[in-house]
Amino acid sequence: MAQTAVKAGGERLATLALPESGAWLAAARKAAQARLLAMGLPGRRDEYWKYTNPTSLTDAAVTSAAAFDDPSEAPAFDAIDRVTLVFTDGVFDADASDDPAAAGVEITRLAEAGARDLHWARDLYGVLETRGQTPVARPLAALNSALATDGVLIHATGRATKPVSLVYRHRSETSDANLHHCIKLDAGAEMTILESGPGAARFNTVMEVEVADGAAFHHIRTQGRDHDRRVATHIFARLGAESRFKTFTLTANGVLTRNEAVVELTGDDAQAHIAGAAMGDGGFHHDDTVFITHDAERCESRQVFKKVLKGGAVGVFQGKILVKPGAQKTDGYQISQSLLLDDDSQFLAKPELEIYADDVKCSHGSTSGAIDETALFYLRSRGVPEKTAQALLVQAFLAEAIEEIEDAAIAEDVRGRLDAWLARRMG
Amino acid sequence: MLEIKNLHVKLEEEDKAILKGVNLTVEAGKVHAIMGPNGSGKSTLSYVLSGREGYEVTEGSATLDGQDLLALEPEERAAAGLFLAFQYPVEIPGVGNMTFLRTAVNAQRKARGEEEMSSAEFLKVVREKAKTLKIDAEMLKRPVNVGFSGGEKKRNEILQMAMLEPKMCILDETDSGLDVDAMKLVSDGVNALRSEGRSFLVITHYQRLLDHIVPDVVHIMANGRIIRTGGPELALEVEKNGYADILAEAV
Repeated sequence: MAQTAVKAGGERLATLALPESGAWLAAARKAAQARLLAMGLPGRRDEYWKYTNPTSLTDAAVTSAAAFDDPSEAPAFDAIDRVTLVFTDGVFDADASDDPAAAGVEITRLAEAGARDLHWARDLYGVLETRGQTPVARPLAALNSALATDGVLIHATGRATKPVSLVYRHRSETSDANLHHCIKLDAGAEMTILESGPGAARFNTVMEVEVADGAAFHHIRTQGRDHDRRVATHIFARLGAESRFKTFTLTANGVLTRNEAVVELTGDDAQAHIAGAAMGDGGFHHDDTVFITHDAERCESRQVFKKVLKGGAVGVFQGKILVKPGAQKTDGYQISQSLLLDDDSQFLAKPELEIYADDVKCSHGSTSGAIDETALFYLRSRGVPEKTAQALLVQAFLAEAIEEIEDAAIAEDVRGRLDAWLARRMG
Repeated sequence: MLEIKNLHVKLEEEDKAILKGVNLTVEAGKVHAIMGPNGSGKSTLSYVLSGREGYEVTEGSATLDGQDLLALEPEERAAAGLFLAFQYPVEIPGVGNMTFLRTAVNAQRKARGEEEMSSAEFLKVVREKAKTLKIDAEMLKRPVNVGFSGGEKKRNEILQMAMLEPKMCILDETDSGLDVDAMKLVSDGVNALRSEGRSFLVITHYQRLLDHIVPDVVHIMANGRIIRTGGPELALEVEKNGYADILAEAV
């Protein structure tokens, strides 16, 4: 493709001041900036951004978002025995964090490792992101690789003793933060990453995960309830043989959320589960964009996305399964559903299958509908008050997505947050 | 107990009268049966009493122990002691049968200002009652009515009734879709609940259910009205001769 003289935002991108870093990271940042310059910032006309307007995510002007802190609300994953690392508006807060050594995996901050001349993360940082740029460009991820100020670099060589919990706090009304995490699981290793909180007024995160043969990676995320925040996240993962990768996200409110997951199954018998439950009321726009590439035999992928929308909220799902030639016995499942609690809300879905192998099993389904009035009456006729009955039906609707969380205690925590949201919004 | 006076009801969507002046009084501790041909308004009566949307009461009243039923929300009617066993129990995927039962029991207790049942107590009671209805632990764990056979669904209705202990029970064609054994089970469940303070209104097409649940009073309903009232022998007459004679008589 011939490059036009100036891509969208080109001048601004060319003069971006990259954070100072040691040799390996400086090189990775420069390369990311070059990728970004070549593709330009996303715009409304881009096919991949057809349903979500990226303007407010890329605007040069500072976006303002009031920090929302509800002291009555228990922090996410409070009851889970975990190692907590806190970032406030994108800045690491050592005083509020636990000793990283307690997690049983090697953890280094990007800000620290990046100042060195060499680090193992050199083989991961920006590498999976680059692979994920084809066939679809993801400029916000390249932007993140160029500009990220901090993050964690985790190397798991065995089974982690505790989940690593990344807690993102939002204090400044005008914060604009980029965090970049790299996670490397050696063969047979297993660990869980928890992410919670809104993070910043405008928050951009990238997580690159290399899951070696037989390793297992679990990721459970709750995105905070800050009403005005804007968030763009990317997870890039590459899976070895017989490995497992599971990610689940619970989202409540926020003006704009775009969560992208780009997963490559490169070893035989690997498993990838990507799930999400989102609830939005009012000025809420939530976009789940998933791209799964099957490039090995007998792999399984599962996408389960559920959205509950009311008061004019908008839900988007773009999910693609690409089965490469030779990826025989692929089992791909994809479901995206929305429950519209009123006539003002809308759900836009674009499921895609692209298959180049002949012995595969792939299915996808997408539905959107209102609450079942017959079921509602049945519950009420047994004495269950209308609001409680509605909440029960909403929980039932979201259950399939939450069931994707393997750890019972973590699933319970997520259900508790969901119940609290429903009590506030529907009670 | 239940007092229905000159009840007129039409469908909300269309200008079609379904109930055209129903008068019915059910005393405490009595079992009344309503029989009648298809389209006579039997099921409509049960829906209107339990508060289903889509119907408009144009005239008349319905009270439960003096309380105006028609002014209450469905859940308030339930808390006041009204229970409808559905002709077609609803499947609710994702909501566990136990969760459903416990939420309902405690919601009603709360509405009446009573203390909620503890998990342990609830579990004990539900297991006991389920056992007599031959409802196993597996069925209790499953989502409400999902994957239940016709008979299992009806037994589940009776279990709900047993747990909620209503004072006025309406059974809407509870015998439909039941084989002989299931009918016996369901009837035994109902009979076990008969007591001085509890009344039943049993809606059915067929006399055979009334062999098991023997009524005190039988009403024949046709064209939105109760056209005849009698003892259990009236049901036998219907069984023998059909509705034609009674209908002809009423004109």
